[in-house]
Amino acid sequence: MAAGVATWLPFARAAAVGWLPLAKKTMPKPPVDKKSRNDEILFVNVSGLRFQTWKNTLDRYPDTLLGSSEKEFFYNEDTQEYFFDRDPEMFRHILNFYRTGKLHYPRQECIQAFDEELAFYGIVPDIIGDCCMEEYRDRKKENQERLAEDTEAEMATDTPLPPHSTPRERLWRAFENPHTSTMALVFYYVTGFFIAVSVIANVVETVPCRPPKGSKKDLPCGEKYSLAFFCMDTACVLIFTFEYLMRLFAAPSRCKFMRSVMSVIDVVAIMPYYIGLVMPENEDVSGAFVTLRVFRVFRIFKFSRHSQGLRILGYTLKSCASELGFLLFSLTMAIIIFATVMFYAEKGTKGTNFTSIPASFWYTIVTMTTLGYGDMVPNTIAGKIFGSICSLSGVLVIALPVPVIVSNFSRIYHQNQRADKMRAQQKVRLARIRLAKKGTTNAFLQYKEEGGFQDRGSDSALCLKNRSSFEHQHHHLLHCLEKTTNHEFTDELTFSEMCMTESVGYRTSRSTSISSQQGVSTSCCPRRAKRRAIRLANSTVSVSRGSVQELDTLQVHKTSAGPQSRSSLNARTEDLKLNCDDRDFTAAIISIPTPPANTPDESLPPSPAIPGILRNSRCSSFTHETVKISSL
Amino acid sequence: MLRSTLVAVVTLTLYLLDSVEDELELSAVRHRPEGLEQLEAQTRFSRKELQILYRGFKNECPSGVVNEDTFKEIYSQFFPQGDASTYAHFLFNAFDTDHNGSVSFEDFVMGLSILLRGTVQEKLNWAFNLYDINKDGYITKEEMLDIIKSIYDMMGKCTYPILKEETPRQHVEIFFQKMDKNRDGVVTIDEFIDCCQNDENIMRSMQLFENVI
Repeated sequence: MAAGVATWLPFARAAAVGWLPLAKKTMPKPPVDKKSRNDEILFVNVSGLRFQTWKNTLDRYPDTLLGSSEKEFFYNEDTQEYFFDRDPEMFRHILNFYRTGKLHYPRQECIQAFDEELAFYGIVPDIIGDCCMEEYRDRKKENQERLAEDTEAEMATDTPLPPHSTPRERLWRAFENPHTSTMALVFYYVTGFFIAVSVIANVVETVPCRPPKGSKKDLPCGEKYSLAFFCMDTACVLIFTFEYLMRLFAAPSRCKFMRSVMSVIDVVAIMPYYIGLVMPENEDVSGAFVTLRVFRVFRIFKFSRHSQGLRILGYTLKSCASELGFLLFSLTMAIIIFATVMFYAEKGTKGTNFTSIPASFWYTIVTMTTLGYGDMVPNTIAGKIFGSICSLSGVLVIALPVPVIVSNFSRIYHQNQRADKMRAQQKVRLARIRLAKKGTTNAFLQYKEEGGFQDRGSDSALCLKNRSSFEHQHHHLLHCLEKTTNHEFTDELTFSEMCMTESVGYRTSRSTSISSQQGVSTSCCPRRAKRRAIRLANSTVSVSRGSVQELDTLQVHKTSAGPQSRSSLNARTEDLKLNCDDRDFTAAIISIPTPPANTPDESLPPSPAIPGILRNSRCSSFTHETVKISSL
Repeated sequence: MLRSTLVAVVTLTLYLLDSVEDELELSAVRHRPEGLEQLEAQTRFSRKELQILYRGFKNECPSGVVNEDTFKEIYSQFFPQGDASTYAHFLFNAFDTDHNGSVSFEDFVMGLSILLRGTVQEKLNWAFNLYDINKDGYITKEEMLDIIKSIYDMMGKCTYPILKEETPRQHVEIFFQKMDKNRDGVVTIDEFIDCCQNDENIMRSMQLFENVI
């Protein structure tokens, strides 16, 4: 239970007086509280440092060492105190947790020592407060990485193949994660090799080779060994085409694949070859053909499939698009301004290079980026003055947006890391809350099943598992609510089974009486969903509420299939009078109680025979009570 | 001149920051309860009990008051399977006797005193006050239906037998049949107290929660 809930339990129980006039059945007896009511101060001696605290403070968390009876093992009768041979500095933080309900991580302590102390005192590290959680997690991760071996990278990609995967899925996985099979790895390296070969060939074929005999001019190698280069090109394109077609075949969503960047690059890389094949050897179109060959350089981008770094760079540029755009825009503005000024300043000079404003653009760019080729220089004094202003401002304009982009990159990178951490943390927290709620419910159901409601004398109290007084009182409260409404709490498993058995119209000889009574029920689950939707709009949703809603909606989805088929049952409705006797009778026969499960999630219902016997024995005690009940 | 404008700007900024901080401080509510003797006189708790109660209360609500959202959150923790917020809302109104939107320690302790140490008459009075949502002295069927629906909401979805649409309504009918003697569609405080005092089950269960504190 959350912090300080134990403080409010007496209040919640007192408020149960409000149910008394409405109750359908008599209220159960309250648990006997043997302990004295007076609060006392406990002395805790941790390696010589004495702490004192109220007993109630420690009792707030009954599932830790100090809150449970486990601390009695450390009680020293001679000195009338609890002695722990542990770190006194750390104990201060542990005790503060009891006092304030928030666990803080002391930054100067070693993370492993802290974890050990928490483990000793039975405190789960997940409840560290938000203020210290990030620091704690970072330190812990750092520590783990230092100790762990370098298998994390491989673990990330080595997700096991789902069973019954088609060859198509396997092929796709082989393409996406080449490390999974040797064939994929071989293919990966082969394509990488051919990309490199293709790029090198493109580069080399423009290098001038020694001309053949009888010619003076230097020929580029491409024309000298044109056949060899053509063969190499053909081979590369064949491999790329084959790869592209295989990817297209294996892709789970072909449209999405065709729209993706990598596939566009693939197409652009191989298209020029085919277009070149198709086009005739004509002087007119050879210019266009040459242009097409430029696109062959895009093959180098195919390397981004092989390099994670390229992909990250590409993603960063994409995400910094707005900053880059700003840079470009401001540069353009500056270029236009200075080009105009320079043009008009140099207009009078004879034989000037600044023939027009667009011609001055080149000068401005070269000056602003501090290149200074010297092919265009101003001659007039005004031109020189403005030229110097241009070069000075160029340094500023270029230098300003660059840190923005760099910091943007850094921010995006860290944000990504943090978002992942927060998502994981949130998931863990929700799961823990869900588990705690389930644990409470299951504890109550288990308590019921163990016959905790029977009027036990003090001698048979030992048979029950050791349960704190808080739990006793809380269960009594929940029991009172059950009696007020004349309905019992069950768990989701039983409930969903009930929903489904009713929808299917399940009838056995044992359950004839039940189904006749329960056949009239309207579709419960969609109604609940509707009510919950309305309530969601009204209620204040805290995190714990949110998770319960989430849990309940999960349940609704699971069982929503059931009630649809119950319309036929609804047609033949009988007037249902929920007779108390019958209810207990049904309890004797059909209900499948939860077994005493220590792990709240997996609970397979046992064979119905045994619980039937158990219920029967309880049934007899119930019938006595049903007689006594008033006609309320 | 530059220096003086700089000084002016700096002082202005500091002043603005300061006033913002003051506003923040004023908005935090601090409530100190009446003295221990006074509370001892007004309620039926002993000094020690009041001390224990206050320590727990103060620890949970350092500001000294509980507002409705916190109240709902606290109460919902005891009923993880259902939705306790509607009933908590009614309960909050029952505890917040001066209707100022927050429950202070005095309200809390007075309410507890009635519930745990009060006479049967006082307890029934308190219950009537809880059911009477608009505090006009009459419980109508709609008010009762709201209360009962909120109680059933606390049970949640997974109940046995499965909760049906008409169960709350039936419950209201049963209640009115029992309590509304003159069949005028409303239950007054006298009808309520008379009827409850004649019902031995209710009378017996009133003693149940005596030893909660």
